[in-house]
Amino acid sequence: MSLFVKDLSVAYNKKTVLDGLSCEFQAGQFSIIVGPNGSGKSTLIKALAGEQRYAGRIVIEGQDQQKIPNWKLATMRGVVPQSVQVSVPFTVREIVEIGLSASPTRIKHPHRWHDALEECGLQGFENLYYHELSGGEQQRVQLARVRCQIWEPVYEDVPRWFILDEPVSSLDIRHQIQVMDIAKRFAAGGGGVIAVMHDLNLSAMYSDRMILLNNGEIYDNGEAQQVVSSDNLNTVYHQGWEVNIREDKKIPYVLPQIRN
Amino acid sequence: MVEATLTHGQSLSSGRSDRAWRWVTILSIFFVLVALWSLTVGATDLNIIRLFNSFFGIEALSRRDEVVLYQIRFPRLIMGMLVGASLACSGAIMQGLFRNPLADPGVVGVSLGASLGAVIMIVLGNSVLIGVSEILGVYDVPIAACIGAWTFTLILYAISSIRGQTSVALLLLGGIALGAIVGAIVGLITYFADDNELRELTFWNMGSLAGVTWPKVISSAPLMVIVLMAVPFLAKMLNGFAMGEAVANHIGINVQNAKRVLIVAVAISTGAAVAVSGGIGFIGLVSPHLVRVTLGPDHRYLLPAAGLIGAILLIVADSIARVIIAPAELPLGIITAIIGGPFFIWMLLRGGGTRL
Repeated sequence: MSLFVKDLSVAYNKKTVLDGLSCEFQAGQFSIIVGPNGSGKSTLIKALAGEQRYAGRIVIEGQDQQKIPNWKLATMRGVVPQSVQVSVPFTVREIVEIGLSASPTRIKHPHRWHDALEECGLQGFENLYYHELSGGEQQRVQLARVRCQIWEPVYEDVPRWFILDEPVSSLDIRHQIQVMDIAKRFAAGGGGVIAVMHDLNLSAMYSDRMILLNNGEIYDNGEAQQVVSSDNLNTVYHQGWEVNIREDKKIPYVLPQIRN
Repeated sequence: MVEATLTHGQSLSSGRSDRAWRWVTILSIFFVLVALWSLTVGATDLNIIRLFNSFFGIEALSRRDEVVLYQIRFPRLIMGMLVGASLACSGAIMQGLFRNPLADPGVVGVSLGASLGAVIMIVLGNSVLIGVSEILGVYDVPIAACIGAWTFTLILYAISSIRGQTSVALLLLGGIALGAIVGAIVGLITYFADDNELRELTFWNMGSLAGVTWPKVISSAPLMVIVLMAVPFLAKMLNGFAMGEAVANHIGINVQNAKRVLIVAVAISTGAAVAVSGGIGFIGLVSPHLVRVTLGPDHRYLLPAAGLIGAILLIVADSIARVIIAPAELPLGIITAIIGGPFFIWMLLRGGGTRL
């Protein structure tokens, strides 16, 4: 029950972005990929989403991603992009129903779009125009669309994969927590969640596992307490960072060192 | 507003998709009424009561009226509705594929590509291409037109798309440039046509359903029916494309294959429609746009509703064409252009190129 990446390499023109990267993601876990700009996070998530050509292999539940037909892949994993521009004036409901149209349980649960909107805090938004919403609201509509596509974390005994590209980048703190809770519940239900994030504190709080990328390679990989260390951060982010531990939950949190 | 009740007791207000389906039903009924009305329009007086009496065997029509009804008006009606629905659907498909509401087979020149194919077959079918023409039989001109439309669309797509995004300027200018080249080739071939071929070309070029007979219906109807039957399966692809190629890919669409299917669908329906009716413009632009501004852009109902509106518009325009200067007949292409041209300008002025 896993998704693994083996010897993954991606190069744009002559610049190598990912160089022979290998790692394994477990279903039932919330895995978060962090790293500085240009470390290869987005490229990795794009490869996982099937948008990026790559050398090497990505294997989902024992099958090579490149050999799975698209329609089948859409029932196994959902992808929430960072932002989506829509070329026609769709309403929120129409967008979410597009996700539903890719779900194998669409006939049995035609009103799932409503549940997904409710989960993402978008009740009452169904008849509004997507292009008139704020960036954060649009991001949540896209999340609801993908939730509709892969509502059940496990379908026919096979875990599904939820891939999120900076899912909280446009959200206020309340909605950041809401979205992280949705992802966490999906993992708790047996599905696999892989997200790319910039916020180290939120990542440390929610992740079951963190992967720290640097220069297209995995710099560290493990639980938040291990990965979010001042040694790691000071090397990768080239700054003075102070890592503290929250007493109640033993979760690390990061503060920039104050310079006089 | 109709309210649907959910199992967990919440009421669910109906969105515009529910309303849209009601409109599709209303349009279907209206379409049947218009079709029946069009059978009564023309020089021979055949009112609706006599029509029904004849259908149900209550009253036999005179031999002459029977010929008018079953050999002239019926094939013409069927051709009209198929051509109207095909042009409207190929407009809607093209607009979805190019992600632009101004993409229309007529406006961007795909119809010209179809014309080139048809002209080549009409003029060269008796000489250089006689072997091909014999193999294809009655389907020779429609198939040649489809191939012409397909080639034109492929080249235009390559010219106007940069990394999956279509530039409106490149689309329209590319259409003009390609259209000029195609026009020159059509002119050249016409120059070498003999008298008979010239007559055939002239009638065909004016854009008319006059002279449509059952054999003509049989030669092009199957091609149009195939695409119209595939329309419900294209809606998901086009909705996916509206959110960009990446999202289309995520929801299970094989983007490259989908593009090929859509281009072939446009080529077949435009090609078959042009082969039988010549240059009838603007149906593919007006019909989808009317649906978009009233019912919204969701292709699940945009395609059927636009198809119905296209069929209705064409049947009405054709009925007007055959009585407005009776006993003579106005070419249908002139009527659609008189209505469609100003409509297109109105769309441009209200910013259709950037907003929708």
